[in-house]
Parts: sequence; C-alpha cells; structure tokens
Amino acid sequence: MLGKLDWSAIPFDQPIPLIAGAIVLIAILGVLVWVVVKGHLPYLWHEWITSVDHKRIGVMYILLASVMLLRGGSDAIMMRIQQAVAYQSQGYLPPEHYNQIFSAHGTIMIFFVAMPFVIGLMNLVVPLQLGVRDVAFPTLNSVGFWLTATGALLVNMSLVIGEFARTGWLAFPPLSELSYSPGVGVDYYAWSLQISGVGTLVAGINLVTTVLKLRTRGMNYLRMPMFCWTTLASNLLIVAAFPILTATLAMLLLDRYLGFHFFTNEAGGNVMMFMNLIWAWGHPEVYILVLPAFGIFSEVVSTFSGKVLFGYRSMVLATMAICVISFMVWLHHFFTMGAGPDVNAIFGIASMIIAIPTGVKIYNWLFTMYGGRIRFATPMLWSVGFMVTFIIGGLTGVLVAVPPADFMLHNSMFLVAHFHNVIIGGVLFGAFAGFEYWFPKAFGFRLDERWGKAAFWFTFLGFYVTFMPLYIAGMLGMTRRMQHYDVAAWRPWMIIAALGMAVLTIGVICQIMQLVVSIRNREALRDRTGDPWDGRSLEWATSSPPPVFNFAFNPDVRGEDAYWDMKVRARQQSLEHDRPEYQDIEMPRNSPTGFVCAFFATIMGFALIWHIWWMVILGGLGAFATFVVFAWRDHDEYVIPAEEVAAIDRVNIEERRGLVSMAGAV
Amino acid sequence: MNLLDPQGPVAAANSTILVDSVFIMLAIVVPTIIAILAFAFWFRASNTRARYQPDFVYSGRVEMVVWSIPALTVILLGGVAWIGSHQLDPAAPVPGTGSPVRIQVVSLDWKWLFIYPDQRIATVNTLTVPAGAELNLQLTSSSVMNTFFIPQLGSMIYTMNGMVTKLNLRADNEGKLQGLSGHFSGDGFPDMMFDVNVISPLAFPDWVAATAKTDAVLNEASYKKLMQQGIEKGRPTYRLDDPRLFDLIATQHIPPGPGPELVSEAGRPHSGGHDAR
Repeated sequence: MLGKLDWSAIPFDQPIPLIAGAIVLIAILGVLVWVVVKGHLPYLWHEWITSVDHKRIGVMYILLASVMLLRGGSDAIMMRIQQAVAYQSQGYLPPEHYNQIFSAHGTIMIFFVAMPFVIGLMNLVVPLQLGVRDVAFPTLNSVGFWLTATGALLVNMSLVIGEFARTGWLAFPPLSELSYSPGVGVDYYAWSLQISGVGTLVAGINLVTTVLKLRTRGMNYLRMPMFCWTTLASNLLIVAAFPILTATLAMLLLDRYLGFHFFTNEAGGNVMMFMNLIWAWGHPEVYILVLPAFGIFSEVVSTFSGKVLFGYRSMVLATMAICVISFMVWLHHFFTMGAGPDVNAIFGIASMIIAIPTGVKIYNWLFTMYGGRIRFATPMLWSVGFMVTFIIGGLTGVLVAVPPADFMLHNSMFLVAHFHNVIIGGVLFGAFAGFEYWFPKAFGFRLDERWGKAAFWFTFLGFYVTFMPLYIAGMLGMTRRMQHYDVAAWRPWMIIAALGMAVLTIGVICQIMQLVVSIRNREALRDRTGDPWDGRSLEWATSSPPPVFNFAFNPDVRGEDAYWDMKVRARQQSLEHDRPEYQDIEMPRNSPTGFVCAFFATIMGFALIWHIWWMVILGGLGAFATFVVFAWRDHDEYVIPAEEVAAIDRVNIEERRGLVSMAGAV
Repeated sequence: MNLLDPQGPVAAANSTILVDSVFIMLAIVVPTIIAILAFAFWFRASNTRARYQPDFVYSGRVEMVVWSIPALTVILLGGVAWIGSHQLDPAAPVPGTGSPVRIQVVSLDWKWLFIYPDQRIATVNTLTVPAGAELNLQLTSSSVMNTFFIPQLGSMIYTMNGMVTKLNLRADNEGKLQGLSGHFSGDGFPDMMFDVNVISPLAFPDWVAATAKTDAVLNEASYKKLMQQGIEKGRPTYRLDDPRLFDLIATQHIPPGPGPELVSEAGRPHSGGHDAR
C-alpha cells in the first residue's frame, strides 16, 4: 500500500534532523494557523497563490530563495563546525549524516537559492525594464514557480522522511546507482530536480519569449538595459542546458527504477558518460546564475555612478560571447580522467577564453565609475565588493583551467574556495545588490541603509575569513568532502574558516534585521516618487509598487537609458503629459493552475520516491487534468476600465512632479 | 602534504606551473583591484575635486585596451596550458634511475590496494617505492570512482571500474609522504588516506623480500573479501598469487564490488559507515 514507506523511514535515532524538522513544521503550522485565524487566507489565495502577475511571482521566487538560503546556510554552518572539530575524531556528525548535509547544501544553494533568486529578480524587473505589462506566458510563469517550490519541498521532506542523497550535489554514478546507494536519498534528489527542472525550463522559455517578442515601442535590441541582455543570455542557456539535465537524470532514474544500464559498472554502462552529460549542463548552469548577476551590477554601477554604462555594445558582445563559449568548456571539470593532452589543453584554453569577455566586463564597470558621481548606497557597496572579490575568484578559476595546475587542485578545498568565491562573490552579492536595489520598486519603501551596510561588511569580511583559509587548506593537499581527518596542518585553517562562518552568519542576521527594521519603519522609508535612486531604466518610470498593469501607456523609447532620457527631456523642455487619453487595459486573470499542478506534482514526486504506484498514477492524472481544465477555460483576461487606469496614473504623476533629479543637471 | 613542497619532478613541474600562472595573472589582477578601489574612492559623490564626466561612455582606445589586456594574458597562459598539458600528461614517461617499478593501484571501498606484479607482492594502504626510480602506475577501481592523489608527487588521476588509467611518477627523496582520494566515494571516504614510504633503491629489494615472506596470499578469493565495504586501519601485506589479478579486476572478470548490505527494505539502509565507528 505504501511502497517502501514505513516507520523506519523516520530517523528517530538522529536528534538533529528530527528537532530541526519539528521546529520547521511547528513554524509552518504556526504561520498557517495565524493566516487562517486572522482571515488572511482569501487575500493570500487571490493576491499571491493564484496570482499570475510577474511582480508577485518574482517576489514569491525571492521569498522561496531566502527561506532556502537559511536552510542551506544552516547546512554550511554544520559542515564548517564538523570540519573544525573532526580532527583525529569523528566530530559530532556521523558520515551518513555529514554526507547528506554537503549533498543537500550544494543542491539547495544552486537549485533552490541561486536559481529562484535570479529568476525572481528577472521576473520582477525585466517586463518593467522592457516597458510591457506582463511576461509572455503569465500562467505558465506561475506554474514554473510552483514546480520549483515543489522541488524545494521534496528536498526538505527528506530531512524527516527517509534520507537525502549522500553522493554530493551532482550524484555521480556509480556511487548514485542502486547497488551503492540503495536508499531513497538519490531518488529524493533526482525527482526534486526533475520536477523543479521542468519549472526552470518553463521560466526560461517564458523569459526568452518575453525579451524577444514583448518590447515596448522603440525598445530595439541595442536600447535594452543590460539586465535584459543578460536575462536573454541566461535564459537561452536555460532553454539549451536544462533539457540535458532532465535527460541525464532520467537515465539515472531508469537505471535505478527499471534496471537499465546507462551509468552502471556492469553491462556496458559508462560512468564517464554521466560526467560529460551532467557537466554539459553544469557548466552553462554557472553562467545561467552569474550572467543575471552581471546584469544587476551593470544597472547598479551605472545608476549610482550617474552615468550611462561604459562600452554598452562591448558589454552586449561580451555577454553573448560568454553565452556561447560556456557550452564548450565542460570537460575542464574532469581533466583528471586521463584524457590525452590535446583534449585537456583545448578545453583548458577554451575555459580561459571565457575570462576575456568577463575581464572586459570588469573593465567596463571600472570605466563606468570613472568620471562618475558615485553614491555609496548599499547596492553599490555590494557591487564594488563583487568586483574586487570576483577578480580573485576569476584568477583562481583560470588557474584551475590550466590542466597541470588542475592535476594538483582538482576536487581539493582550493576548488571549493574557488567556486564559493565566484558564486558568493558573484551570484550572491549580485542577488543581494538586486534585492536592495529593486526592493523599493516592489514594495514602495526603501530598506534601512544602516543595517544594509552592516550586512554588507559582515558578509564581505566573513566571506574572506571563511574561504581564504580553504584556499590554503587546498594548497596543503586537503580534498573536499572530508567528514574527518588526521592531518594536523589542516586544522588551524578549518578553525579559522569556522570563525569566518560565524561572521557570515552575523551578516545574514543583519540582513534579516534590515528587513524587520525596514518593515517597521516603512512609513518613514516610503518612496512616493517611484524613483528612489534617480534611476535610468523604465522600471523607475512607474510608481512603486507598480500598478498591476505596470504602465498606463506603453512608454516610447528613443535611446539607451530610456527613463533617464525622458527625465532630461522633461527638465529641458519643462514638459508634462498633456491630458492623455486613457484606454481600457486587458490583463490576464488569476489562475490556480500553477498551485494545483504543483500540489499534484508533489504527490507524484513523493509517491515515485517511495514506490507508491497508485499514488503516482493519482498525482500524474491530477497534474494532467489541471492542464486540461486550464486549456479549456473561456475567459482568460479581464478589463481594467480607463477611468480606473486614469485615477491610478494621475496619483503617480502628481507624486513625481516634485522629483529632483540629477538628470536635469546635465 | 604541501603542494609547494614537491618531492618529485611531476609535482615540481605542476607546482611551478601553478605558481607561474598565479604570478602572470597577479600582474594584471593587482593593478585592476587597485584601480577599482581608487576610482570608487576618487569619484565618490562627496569629492568636489573629481570631475563629473557623464558623457564618457565610449572610447575606442579604452575598448581596445580592455579587450587586449585579458586577451594577451590568456594567450600567454594558453601557451603555458598547451605546453604544460603535453609535458605533464599523466601518461608521459618520467625517466628515473634504475629499472622502472610497475605498480597496479585498485581503489576499494574504502581502502587502496597496491599490487606489485613483478615483485609478486601487494599491500593495502601503504605504497612503498624506491627513491629515484620511475613508477609506472596503472589504476582502476573495484567499485565506485576515486582519485588517486599523492599531493607531493603530483598529478591526481581518476580510478574507474572497468577502465584503466595510467600515471607515471617519481619520488626523489627518501621519507614518508601521504596520499588520499580526491573523489567522494561513500561513507568511508575520509579514511582512504594512505602512507607513501619512499625508501632507498638499495633497501627496496630487501623490503620486497621481507614482504614476500608473509603468509597472507592475495588471490581472487581473498580479493573478494577485501573489496567488501569497510575501513582498514591496519597495513596488511600480501604475497601475490596471480600476477594477472589486476587485469581480471580491470576487465571485470571479477565483478565490481558489492555495495552496502541491506538491513531493512526502508529508506535508510545501514551501510559500512556504521562498522567504521
């Protein structure tokens, strides 16, 4: 009846996951009870859960990422403490637990923190920057988000029901095959990623279509803000790369469920095939994450320097070059497999070539600052912190692209330090910069600057104290994923890294405090102009938060930095809109399709993991039926009457009149 | 296990390339970081002496320079990578004094088996080699993947079931080194550290003779016992019964090692990691 599921699946003998799970469960139940008792449920259902508004979905993506950041961060804290204490002892985490933690940490941080964070920001901002009312496929957008949430939920379920993978975040066979990982851990891993992978693919298709097909009047490709370009590049990569992940995991699942032999040791399976395929997705994946971050930094540096982005066309070229080359370098993840020198050298050099457009980007940000008037608001701090940190990560990245150097550093703590250097210093700093920068747009009030700056400095310093020692440990021969060790020389560096983790944790606490303080002081921090940073692109041309239709009129774009341009012209000619003719606006209706579909997908995923076949059929049919019902619906749009549009827009124009802008001083 | 304290020519060459590459890159990275901090500081909004140039948004000359600096660096490093990859190919010969020593390495769950087919002996978790001689290693795995890595001798390489990788090394100085696995392989992975004893070429035959006197014999039957999941705290040695044992393993005539023994059908099987503690 319940497949492999029975009471032995609950780890009664392991207090840590049980207590953690209980706390989370109580917290979730508490919030649910509060929502129901206070009568917020209808609001939540109509305004958020069933919303197809790209801004709402973007916010929910970021919320998911933030919650999962706390989970992945707790894993990181546990790992750093374990490695600090497990010298000549077993530490406090037994291997089967420690191995789950580092696997979950990697999986969560990449798939359920970094991905939803950048996709959330793209969702929130790109339609606004393009001057349009919504993304190309609003309901599909909601489906994508909820499927991602399903994946995150399944990963967290594994904490208390069964186990998570103990194979590392890429589940390399043959270790991940049934003979060496007979438990449900790898199944949790694979099905979570299969389901959330569909969500990511859908989001990618949606955003590519949005950028290619839905730009406002005059917004031709070379007038798009840099963030739109990086969004395009990143989502093209998603569309091209995620099917590879899906296919690879499907093959692994066929091995595990139906006795196939794609990657087994026996019967002609080939483990290196998995290696190649997973990295053919995995390397583009890091650019999927970092390209949007590059876009965010481009926006932030340009805005806070009070200048147009330096070398815009060069930046576009560099972005698209990275997009293409990133598909040609996957083999550098396994130089040590013993391929010939020609293969290694070619892939090594191809990997280095990516450093050229990346370096160009750094220099273009540098020259954007040159001759600027730089305001060091929190987003700008993250950006300068990023530039310095990312260069160091780039240096070590090019270093491991040199095959003979990689022969010493492959899979070492040096490598761990390298990819945290670029993912924290690049993606996470970018996500935080974007969060600080666009928060006022999403919610209509700014974030507290003092807590924001404290968060930056603690995170920045904490990063260096945590990860520089790992570089050194790597130079001392320490490889990754060690549950315990006996080498005295590594010990001091592990202790320093654990202290650095404490500093990083303070940074995260500051970030939470910033949110709490800002929400409490929201009236004082209120931004009525819709343009708190003296911005340059179209998202600042509408109110904060924007009305559901974003713009009363589709803006007319006449050059780069469209909104800056408008402000300059408005100032020079002291022109205002003369009595515009408002028209009815059609907007997509809310739809529970995404939520219901994800509900059934969760059931199906859980049932697949535990081999509960009747439930698999139930979940699958439910998810399919949801789509059929959606496809048959008659009314997919509703009309906002012109008077209502006019009323909302006039308020916005009134607020904006008093705006003092640097744009006029030009 | 310091990478910058190499004990053989391969590691020395690896670490030279590593250090050289770092310095080549530092030559542009350090000025760039200084420029970032300097520009950010000088052009702060509160600095009245800095000139605001909002129209400085394109300069062909600057573009030329910013594309060339990374490109030139990469051309230089690309040369290093190309030459280095060929000279330091793991399978490239590493000439040494005396006759080369053939060693066949098998990664087991979770220990290392070193077979000396010519000397007809085998050891677990200790690799004893003569100083100065070329070491011809052939590597495979009994089950899951690992990497064989002696940091101070250089060139990490995968071990894979059903496949053989080749690695040539040389240890120049007598002494004790340590090796380990770099590719996560399961619960006993951290216990896959092994000793490397580099002894004088004169003492090596004595060591071989002493080791060959052991009663323990390595053949298919005892190998199958050895490849069960578990951790080996001791340093057992064997007399090698069949010098073709490695080929039997690598060609899968001896099937891959078993995984954990299933205790319950439920989601959390108890694995070898438990015996480890």
